[in-house]
This record gives sequence, structure tokens and C-alpha cells, in this order.
Amino acid sequence: MNIIITITVTALVVLYAGLFKARKALLPLTLLGLITSLVFVGTSWDQNTVSYNMMQMDNYALAFSGLIIIGTIFIFLLTQNYFAEHSENIAEYFTLILFALAGMIIMVSYQNMAMLFIGIEIMSVSLYILAGIRKSNFASNEASLKYFLMGAFSTGFLLFGITLVYGATGSFDLAHINQYLIGNYKVVSPLFYPGLILIMIGLCFKIGAAPFHFWTPDVYEGAPSLITAFMSTVVKTAGFAAFLRLFAGTFAPLHEFWLPPLMVIVCLTLLIGNVTALFQKNFKRMLAYSSISHAGYLLFSLITLSSRSASNVLVYAAAYTFASIIAFAALILVKQKTGKDDFESFNGLGKRNPFLAFVLTVAMLSLAGIPLTAGFIGKYVMFLNVMGQYQIYLVAFAILNALVGFFYYFRVIAAMYFKEGTELTLTMPVQYKIVLVFSLLITVFLGIYPSVILNLI
Amino acid sequence: MEQLLIILLFLPLLSAVITAFSGKSAKYVALFSGVISLALAVFAVANFTPDSSTQFVVNYPWIAAFGINFHAGIDGISMITLLLTNLLIPIIILASYKHAYKHEAGFYALILAMQTGLLLVFTAMDAFLFYIGWEAALIPIYFICAIWGGKDRIKVNIKFFVYTVAGSLFMLLGIIYLYLQNPAHNFDIQAFYSLNLDATQQGWIFWSFFIAFAIKMPIFPFHTWQPDTYTEAPATGTMLLSGIMLKMGIYGVIRWLLPIVPAGVQHWSETAIILSVIGIVYASIIAFKQRNAKRLIAYSSIAHVGLISAGIFALNTQGMQGAMVQMLSHGINVVGLFFILDIISSRMKTNTIEELGGIAKVAPKLAIVFLIILLGTVALPGTNGFIGEFLLLMGVYQYGVWTAVIAGLTIIFGAVYMLRMYQGIMLGKTNDLTIGFTDIQGTEKITLYIICVLVIVLGVYPKPILHISEAAVQHLLEQVNQKLISVN
Repeated sequence: MNIIITITVTALVVLYAGLFKARKALLPLTLLGLITSLVFVGTSWDQNTVSYNMMQMDNYALAFSGLIIIGTIFIFLLTQNYFAEHSENIAEYFTLILFALAGMIIMVSYQNMAMLFIGIEIMSVSLYILAGIRKSNFASNEASLKYFLMGAFSTGFLLFGITLVYGATGSFDLAHINQYLIGNYKVVSPLFYPGLILIMIGLCFKIGAAPFHFWTPDVYEGAPSLITAFMSTVVKTAGFAAFLRLFAGTFAPLHEFWLPPLMVIVCLTLLIGNVTALFQKNFKRMLAYSSISHAGYLLFSLITLSSRSASNVLVYAAAYTFASIIAFAALILVKQKTGKDDFESFNGLGKRNPFLAFVLTVAMLSLAGIPLTAGFIGKYVMFLNVMGQYQIYLVAFAILNALVGFFYYFRVIAAMYFKEGTELTLTMPVQYKIVLVFSLLITVFLGIYPSVILNLI
Repeated sequence: MEQLLIILLFLPLLSAVITAFSGKSAKYVALFSGVISLALAVFAVANFTPDSSTQFVVNYPWIAAFGINFHAGIDGISMITLLLTNLLIPIIILASYKHAYKHEAGFYALILAMQTGLLLVFTAMDAFLFYIGWEAALIPIYFICAIWGGKDRIKVNIKFFVYTVAGSLFMLLGIIYLYLQNPAHNFDIQAFYSLNLDATQQGWIFWSFFIAFAIKMPIFPFHTWQPDTYTEAPATGTMLLSGIMLKMGIYGVIRWLLPIVPAGVQHWSETAIILSVIGIVYASIIAFKQRNAKRLIAYSSIAHVGLISAGIFALNTQGMQGAMVQMLSHGINVVGLFFILDIISSRMKTNTIEELGGIAKVAPKLAIVFLIILLGTVALPGTNGFIGEFLLLMGVYQYGVWTAVIAGLTIIFGAVYMLRMYQGIMLGKTNDLTIGFTDIQGTEKITLYIICVLVIVLGVYPKPILHISEAAVQHLLEQVNQKLISVN
């Protein structure tokens, strides 16, 4: 509870600070608030606090809260001069990001369907606005509108599903629903099944899994890069945590029913994400499609449903988050200089800016899943779990997809090192350096010694 | 003694970091590190008891949640490959001196980083560690070939990379499967050896490993990446690939494939040998038609590796011992040959045999060393190539007379195209292009003399090398046979 309060209060304080034109104080205040909430994550560890049967701060919730808070801190560090280019009202954007974060904390810790809905809505509404902060930019407006329409649509599915589940079980409470499923295993009300499927569709919309992924590339491409970074890393992680909490926990007794459709979703997501990413000429759009494919790998954890599922998602999400933050930071820097975000604008980066090129290379290797990076450990734990249930064909399919992934990630590396580019030197603000160095260290450290995070939950 | 292996493994990596930041003096730092590594390897050999045990063992828990340990050690088989790596790395570094590569520091750092990966592969006693090393060796060589290679480098290298990674990912699948079968839930090689898998399981595991190794070596029909990659790579990259990297595949077969799935190997060995022999014949015929000398050597390398692989799958001591010696000899010889072609091509700007000729007249020293190395490659008695190929053919002969005849004839055939290449480049009339050829000098001379000495010494007195691996090879074959008896 104290985590959400801290974040919300910070958001309000930042809003007022903006009102009094204390522009310089915004970032320090935000970071202070986020670090405080991170401290609360640490102090609540193993406490398992339950608030009004609505939220449960178990270690699962705390670990994911920690990850999304750190991710958000990194995103904030990247805001330097970013919003100022678009608007006068920076404080509002800071506040919106913080509100979205508060919503996500609810999404990872809900104990009640109503809270899941509220969490998703708090997050989504903030994001609709954030996607459209470049008011005069056509693409940004399009992204915002598309995101809003699709988001509202999927919320409808989710809400309808929750209603049906309520109709079947008479409760919003996860523990109660779980009890109902165990107790009435053979005679689950027919209302429950469509309810579950609708909830699944709603959540798949939110995490951008195929075939409900159509909004992702356009929204990710149209939204300002920093917001895209936020959406594709932190938001996605929270969405997965919410998904996993519901399906691996509450709906687990019914997995024989929802596993087959989910299996189809996983295969489609992997295939569509990877194959489409292969044909992109634009770096940002490639990242958008690759984020779809990573959603596929993340969904593997749901297929296996073992005691390790949660920790596997955490590892994968961490690996994916930090590598993606590096990729987006590099994209923002390159775009500021060249004004473009296609692969060609990365040409010759290895010569102009060896440090940035090196960090981005590690990030790409991590996303591709090369050993000694966090991304490999993430893929490895997923494959191991699926293999543990002897679904070898599924792993073989995933491996083939991973191979496709090499092609488009290595295209970035090829552009940076093997092609000649224009002689433009990038200026890198110190905050970017901090984010890049820390993300790099985390990526490599988790790749070499993942034990720290593997046994967390 | 325990720390020796740790130093051997991580000294190159540490030096790689130092090299990357040492600017203009990078090449000297790299050579220094290479020589120290070689000295350490020699020291390890001196302290090595040539029995079947694994020595210098290090074993630390690494990722406890999955039973992964940092478990490495050296037995007779590892010792040969370790010696090969640490011997060739300084030679290759020295051979790169004459080139003014741009971004030299990065170049030499990558070579040293690759050395750590290679050594991990050759000493790992934990399957996960083996896999890590396998990939860790690939990344640096990919960058070396793709940054400093020829004009088609990007396309060729992505093919090379995806080819190898595709193989290794399916190997990873096999490793995970073995891990799940292992009641102790770890990746320890001894635990994998004592698994009881039925014939079907062994068949699947065999293919998941074999394809990875076959791509690396490469064995027909998994070889299509190799000639292009060798041709487009910078000379150093070609030497690293052919001299050391392809031995990863051979080593993998000996260390992981044979003892873990002997029944699978027994069932499929005929297929493997047939593929190897087809590879020998096929590569030799294509080599015969090549006009580009570098491509010719690339194809001849496929033929040589085919013989090594056939010798291993014959599953007897002679074949296996032959493979051990031949790994070392082939590494030395092929590095020498590629270095000589590099010298020629950097002076003449061409590797096409027809455009050259008569270099022997203007460069007598080169003519002599070239001839010595070439004779080593075609396995003239008294050179290092002879003893290896002799043992290999003996091994294959025990498996099947006709296989040995075909393989043997092709090797003789190999002598023809090799000597024809020599004739085309070195002998005949000196033309307008080759008249300006300057003889080898400086580091070129040192490098080639070292290689020549090795060719002759190992040819005349190969016993120490055979002695190192003998007990380990016999132990391995006993293990395989015991397991085969218990399965049948």
C-alpha cells in the first residue's frame, strides 16, 4: 500500500511543482519519490501484506514492482530535454507517467478482479494521453487515437469477461474464484468459460499478443520514442505480471480448457512477430514487431505452469526491459542527430561512437538470446521449462523463430560496424550515459550470474 | 595447480580487455599474452600425467538453481586441443602483424576473447559451460570476419553465423533434454555418461549434437557456408576458423557424442562415415577445379576433416589417435598454407593460380617453406601430416576396406591438386606480375620457420603427442564399448 501511496503523492507533488514553474526540481523530486518507493519494496519483502482483500503485496508483486519501478526510473533519466521539445507542460507528463506506474503496481498486486480493471484503466488512460503528447504531429495523434480506440475495445472484452466470471462464481475475489474452481471442478458454470476467454482476449490485447497485436506497430511507431520505450518495456512487464497472476494462479485448475487456445496464440505471436520484424526497414518498427515476438516467449511461462513460471517471467522481463531501454535510448540519440529512425541512420555508428555502438550491440545480442547476456538466460529458462513437459515441437518451433530473430537484430549490428556512414558525432548527455552503463551492467551481470534473480520468487 | 586452469582460461580474456584499450601497442600486448598462454600450456603439459584421469580440475557452483557448475578439467584429449589453441594463437597473431588492420586494438582483442571461448569448449566438463564456450568462441570470429573481411562479408557472414547458431541451438535442445533425464539434475559430463537412454532417445540426441558438430567441421552436406566464409574472411579469420575453430566440432564428437550416446553413434556411424567419405570425394573433386588458391585450400580442408571424422566414427584406437594427431597437424599446416596465400595475395593482389607463376625464382625462401608445409599437408612420410593420416586410414580400414580405399585414394588425389597448385603458383615462368615479388622477411619469416620446424619435428618424432592422448583415448573407447555391451 505504501508503495502506491508514495508514487501517487509524488505524482501530485510533481504536478504542483509544475504549477509553480519549479522545472528544475521536477526530475529530482520524481526520482526521490521512486527511490523511496523502491525502498518500500525492499522493506515489504517477505511481509506478504494484504490490503482490504484487494491487493496482496506478496514477493511476486514486490519483485515485479521493483522491476517496473527501476524501469521507470531509467525512463525518467532519459527524459532530459525530451519533453521540453514538445511542450511547455513537462510536469503533466511526469505526473502521467507516475500515475501509469501506480496503475501498474495495482496490476501486479491485485487480489480482486475489480482492482485488475482499475489498475489497467489507470495505466491505460495515462498512456492514451502520453502517446499523443506531440500535439501537432500527425503520427502521434494517430497513435493516440488508435491506442485509445483499441484500448477501450479491449477493456470492453475484459470487463465483459469479468462480469461473466462474476456471474458464475458470485465473486470478484481471486481466492474465492480459485476455491470455486477447485470445488466445482466438474460442474463449472457454463458462464465461466466465455468469461475466461474474454478476459484472455482482453489481456492479450494489452500485451500485444497475436492475433490481437494490430495496434502495436502503429502505436509504437507513432508515439514519441520515449513513450514507446515506456510502453514496450515497463507496461508490457506489468501486463504480463497481471496475466500470469490470474492464469497461473486463479485459473490454473481450468488450464486444460484455456491451454489449447493459448498455445495457438503463442505460436501465432512468435511467428507473426518474428517474420514481420524481418521485413522492417525502420528500426523503431522493427523493435515494435520484435516486442510482439518477445511477448510470445514470455507466454511460454503460462504454457508450462510450473513453480518456476513466475521467476522465469521475471528473468525474461528484466532481460527484455533493460535491453530494450538501451535500444530506445540509442534510437533517441540517433534520431536527434539524423532525424530518421531507419536502419541506415545507424550506419557507421561503431566508428563515430564506439561506446554507444558497443552497448547497443550487447543489447541486440541480449534480445537475440546470445549466451553471456541476460536475454540468453531468459530464453533458456523458458525453453527448459517447456522441455520439462516434453513439448519438444514447441521448443523446436521457438528455436526456429529465435533464428529468424538473429537476422533482424544482426542487421543493426551490421549497420553499425560493417557499413560506412556519415561522419556525425553524437552528443550524449550524462544521464543517458548513466542509463546505458547501468543497463549494460545489468544485462551482462544477469547473463553471467543469474542466480541473484532466479531464486527471488 | 588448481589455479593453473583458471589462469589458462581467463588470462586471454583479461588480456583482451587490456588489448582493447592499449591503442597502438595492442598487437604487442596480444602477442605477449599469446606467448604467456603458450608457456602456461607447455607448463601444463610438463605437469600432466599421461593417464586417463582428468587433471587440473576446477569445480565451482555457478547457477545453483539449475545445477550448473563451473566445472572444467584437462585430460589427454583436452590437452591436445588446448595445446593446439595456445600454440596457434600466438602464431596467428604474429602472422597478422604485417597487415595494418584499421582499429587494430579491437581486432586483437577479439582474437584473445575468442581464445577464452575455445579453451572453455576444450576443457568444459559441464555441458552448459561447454555450450557457453561454444557460442563465446563464435561471436568474436563473426565480428573479425564481418568487420575486416572482403566485400561480400556481410551476406556471407550472416549465413555463417545463422548456420552455426542453428546447429548449436538444436544442440542446446539436446543438452536440456539430457539434463531433464539426469536424476541428479545437473549438467555434469560424468552424469551424462552414466545416463541410461534407450535406442530411440539416443538416436535423437545423436542428431541434435551431430548436426551442430557437422556444421562446425564441416561435414558434407553441412559445409555450404565454409568456402564462402573462408574466402571472404580476412587472412587471420581464415586461419582461426580452419586452424582452431573446426576442431571444436571434432572435439565435440569425441568428448560429448561418442560417450553419451554410444548406441546412437553405433546405429548412425555408417551414415556418418558415408557422409564423411562423400565429403572427401566431393570436396576433392571441387578443389581440383578451383582457380582461386584460397578456395582450393578451403575445399581441401573439407576433405581432410572428412577423413578425421571417418576415423573417429570407425570407433577404434587407431582412428581416434590418428584424429588427435591430425587435429594438431592439420591446424599447423592449414594455418601455414593460408598465411602463405595471404602473403602472396597481399603482394600480388590476387589468389588466382593462372595469374601467378614462377615465384620460386624470385622468392626462394618462400618456395622452400611453402613446399615443406605443402608436403606436410599431402602427408609425405616424415612430415606431421603422415602419421595422422596413416593412423586414420588404418582406423577406417578396420571399419571397412572399401571405405578406406576410397578415402585413401582421394587423399592421394589430394596430393595431385595440391602439387598442381604449387606448380601453378611457384614454378613455371615468372610473368610480369610475379617478377616484382619480394621474398618473405621479418615476422613472415619467423612465423613460417616456426611452422616448418613444427611440421618436421612432429613428423619425425610424434611420440610425445601420441603419448599424451593415448590413455585418455583408450579409456574413452572402453567406456563406449562397456556401455554398448550393457545396452545390447
